[in-house]
Amino acid sequence: MTEKKPEARQRWEADILQPALKKFPERKGEFQTSSRIPLERVYFPAAMTAEELETIGFPGQYPFTRGVQPTMYRGRLWTMRQYAGYATAEESNARYRFLLSQGQTGLSVAFDLPTQIGYDPDHELATGETGKVGVSIFSVEEMERLFADIPLEKVSTSMTINAPAAVLLAMYIAAAKRQGADPARLRGTIQNDILKEYIARGTYIYAPQPSMRLVTDIFAWCRENLPEWNTISISGYHIREAGSTAVQEVAFTLANAIAYVDAAQRAGMAVDSFAPQLAFFFSAHNHFLEEVAKFRAARRLWARIMRERFHASDPRSQMLRFHTQTCGSTLTAQQPENNVARVTVQALAAVLGGTQSLHTNSMDEALSLPTEKAVQVALRTQQILAHESGAADTVDPLAGSYAVEALTDEIQKKAEEYIRRIDQFGGAIAAIEHGFPQAEIHEAAYRAQQAVETGKQIVVGVNEFTSGEPPALETLRVDPAVEERQKERLRALRHKRDGSRAAELIGRLETAARGGDNLMPLILTCVENDLTLGEICGALRAAWGEYRPEG
Amino acid sequence: MTATMIRVLIAKPGLDGHDRGAKVVARALRDAGMEVIYTGLRQTPEMIADAALQEDVDVIGLSILSGAHGTLIPRVMRLLREKGLERVKVFVGGIIPDSDIPDLKASGVAGVYGPGTPTADVVKAIRDAQGTPQPG
Amino acid sequence: MRRERRSPGNPLRMPTLTERIAAGDRRALATLISRIEKHDPEAPAILGALHERTGRAMVVGITGAPGTGKSTLVAALAGAFRRGTAGHPPRTVGILAVDPTSPFSGGAILGDRIRMRDLAGDEGVFIRSMASRGRLGGLSHATDSAVRALDAAGFETILIETVGVGQDEVDIARQTPTVIVVESPGTGDDIQALKAGILEIADILVVNKADMPGADTTFESLCAMLGLGGGEGDGWKTPVMKTTAATGEGVDALAEAIHRHRAYLRESGEGRRRERERAEADLRERLRERLFERWRQSGRMDLAEMARKVAARECSPEEAVEELLK
Repeated sequence: MTEKKPEARQRWEADILQPALKKFPERKGEFQTSSRIPLERVYFPAAMTAEELETIGFPGQYPFTRGVQPTMYRGRLWTMRQYAGYATAEESNARYRFLLSQGQTGLSVAFDLPTQIGYDPDHELATGETGKVGVSIFSVEEMERLFADIPLEKVSTSMTINAPAAVLLAMYIAAAKRQGADPARLRGTIQNDILKEYIARGTYIYAPQPSMRLVTDIFAWCRENLPEWNTISISGYHIREAGSTAVQEVAFTLANAIAYVDAAQRAGMAVDSFAPQLAFFFSAHNHFLEEVAKFRAARRLWARIMRERFHASDPRSQMLRFHTQTCGSTLTAQQPENNVARVTVQALAAVLGGTQSLHTNSMDEALSLPTEKAVQVALRTQQILAHESGAADTVDPLAGSYAVEALTDEIQKKAEEYIRRIDQFGGAIAAIEHGFPQAEIHEAAYRAQQAVETGKQIVVGVNEFTSGEPPALETLRVDPAVEERQKERLRALRHKRDGSRAAELIGRLETAARGGDNLMPLILTCVENDLTLGEICGALRAAWGEYRPEG
Repeated sequence: MTATMIRVLIAKPGLDGHDRGAKVVARALRDAGMEVIYTGLRQTPEMIADAALQEDVDVIGLSILSGAHGTLIPRVMRLLREKGLERVKVFVGGIIPDSDIPDLKASGVAGVYGPGTPTADVVKAIRDAQGTPQPG
Repeated sequence: MRRERRSPGNPLRMPTLTERIAAGDRRALATLISRIEKHDPEAPAILGALHERTGRAMVVGITGAPGTGKSTLVAALAGAFRRGTAGHPPRTVGILAVDPTSPFSGGAILGDRIRMRDLAGDEGVFIRSMASRGRLGGLSHATDSAVRALDAAGFETILIETVGVGQDEVDIARQTPTVIVVESPGTGDDIQALKAGILEIADILVVNKADMPGADTTFESLCAMLGLGGGEGDGWKTPVMKTTAATGEGVDALAEAIHRHRAYLRESGEGRRRERERAEADLRERLRERLFERWRQSGRMDLAEMARKVAARECSPEEAVEELLK
């Protein structure tokens, strides 16, 4: 269409690239192939049309299709972050220290289900669940045990926690303070994405409206007190795991993100004051080309939404930064070693899609919680991609591929159509209350299942290339004594703390929940006075009731 | 037709919120001509047994991915016996290690289905258990 | 629950299903409803034997378009009746939740229990999900029998929830003494109940999800529409009420309104009139079924063969009927 615009590239080099290089030098002086062909930092077409500048552009610059930083992994590799949580704080602590010693660069905490739903270990519904899918944390003391001998000022910690995110974050801060750390220097992420719980993951507690108030309370409080913290990780991962398509994953995640930004603005926050702290979380599925395109499309679409809908002017508000996990539901119980190959392809898609951090699943996850050996292979997979594959040595190498650019455009277009439909409902919350995203995902999941059963979709080892061998991996067991031990510790905590102070705080919290003040300071006071997770969430349940899904 | 209608209760005991499998199975059973009572998440063993009694179902399908099956499923089986519902066939789906299957079967579970089981197999197992021939 | 034991009689004799239901045996009740659904030949005799125990329950039909939050409202109402409201003591509650059968497979997914989780474990509540099973008018028959079974088992309030689309569902609602039509602020200005033609059968109109934007508009539209209908002059003015079932807001007031409507039915004689009307329609239906059955068993003529003749224009339907009745 238009001729070459070298001045655009010159401007990018001067304004974006040079300052970045000064701040963060690249990993090596020179990147090259085995044939000693030097790899350039970024490859460009000989001439870029105006349209290409507008849609593809340059890395580190709006609309960020090619990545959020100008040098991407040449500057710093993605964070290798394996999600792990084992029954008790002590076991998890040992696993974290093992992973740190193996070269992992960030911690990721998986909580058990009672913790995720705000129940103490002695609650009826916690029976059989305590310590099962992650670590049981009900008090600040448990949080201290979890991070014993790990300097919290020096690591970044991601916590998969949603409905009770405020409470677990308060416990983390209190534990860090007891280590002598300065809260202002804490780095990490809480998932805190309640909307996708209603759509896909199911660990909600309260109805959407009071839940959104907790979310915005966290935004506002962290902006002042925890500036380095990512206050939300808006997640498409669970939407995809529930059976959505790639387009639905992008669309429903960004529609939820729009709802959070709306809510924060209504709570009186200026968009650029909190938007740089928003982070995203996507899955990496099997269809390699579609997945790479998905990440690029999501980045471009978010940049446009932030600029055009919310008038964000800070480039950091427009950047979609995301964590990726390979797709657990694609792993098969049959011939589980094949899963290593699946994870490799998925992880490569995430890297070529420009992820900021990555979790690679372990081959045995379709059977049980992963064993230490399987976790290690999964981490090694990332290290091989980073150091052996060369995929990290040049920025966005698939840009300009006819197939990848066409898929990127198409995913963006279809996701925009979905977002328009959600807008017609009155936004993500109204759409969720009508069951719209849920029904769309269920339809897609059923179609996918039918495709496998009729053989239209081949799944190696499942409906083709089967070997008839029964699955035989060693599986990890949770000691049934964990539940009793946690109950015992809970009893001991309640016994030793100041009971009347605890009762008074619970009453104050329930009253505050009915009012409008930011709840974070009071929740922090509660955990510092040894109130438990179940007690704090119980007070909020008393004030707000519990959510019941529409069918 | 109506006289041989199979009624199935699909429930998720425990706290995990992953209902993709349960919903896909519910849909497949409906498409196979069964009536499916879907109770949703966070069902206690008591709720499941009560619902089975009130709905007078022939079959119960329990989906559980959290690893709490060893505690929760035997409780469901005991409650069903206490309510005189021994004739109700119970199937379990989800992430169940092979080594746990014998214990579940010993507690009275009729069948255990892991990830990747075709829904057609589940339909067939239910029809077989009810003595209903496959159509066609 | 009103539990009364009949004289034990011969202690060695197994109690019959009728006796077990009368004694409040929940499993027996569940079995009877299944037999009703299966057209079990013994079901009519059991119901007949229980007839004298029926007629005591307060029966309420609740209908509305999908997405109005009916199930949540039914659950909240059941909770209000169980606790008791300002003017009324606690009552036991039976719930029939009716959902459509898939026309393609004959199967159904019945998901109303999801919203009724809070009622779990209460012996004073019995919830039964029913599929419409494409019964061509027979659905109202089956629900009517199921209501009588719950009534005979001693449930003091019976809530029947149906989706307010389709004639069968409307018929079920129409049969109940008190009909509640549920509306919610939707995505547009449409009043769903008006579209479905069920506005006029309402004894009480409810705007549920009253905390959502647009609720006031929906409320005012409904009030205006009722105003247009003019005063009925016979004493009952259909109220429009707001509820937020999810939080319980307005639900006690709705329960009170149901009690008021029941008192009105009793005092005005309208209740007896409706009951007679309902009984007559029911008898007509039963008679039709029985006469047809009697004719069929007489085995005089092949219906299918006659249908073929009509379709092939060999004779008219009028002639065919005359022929069949010879």
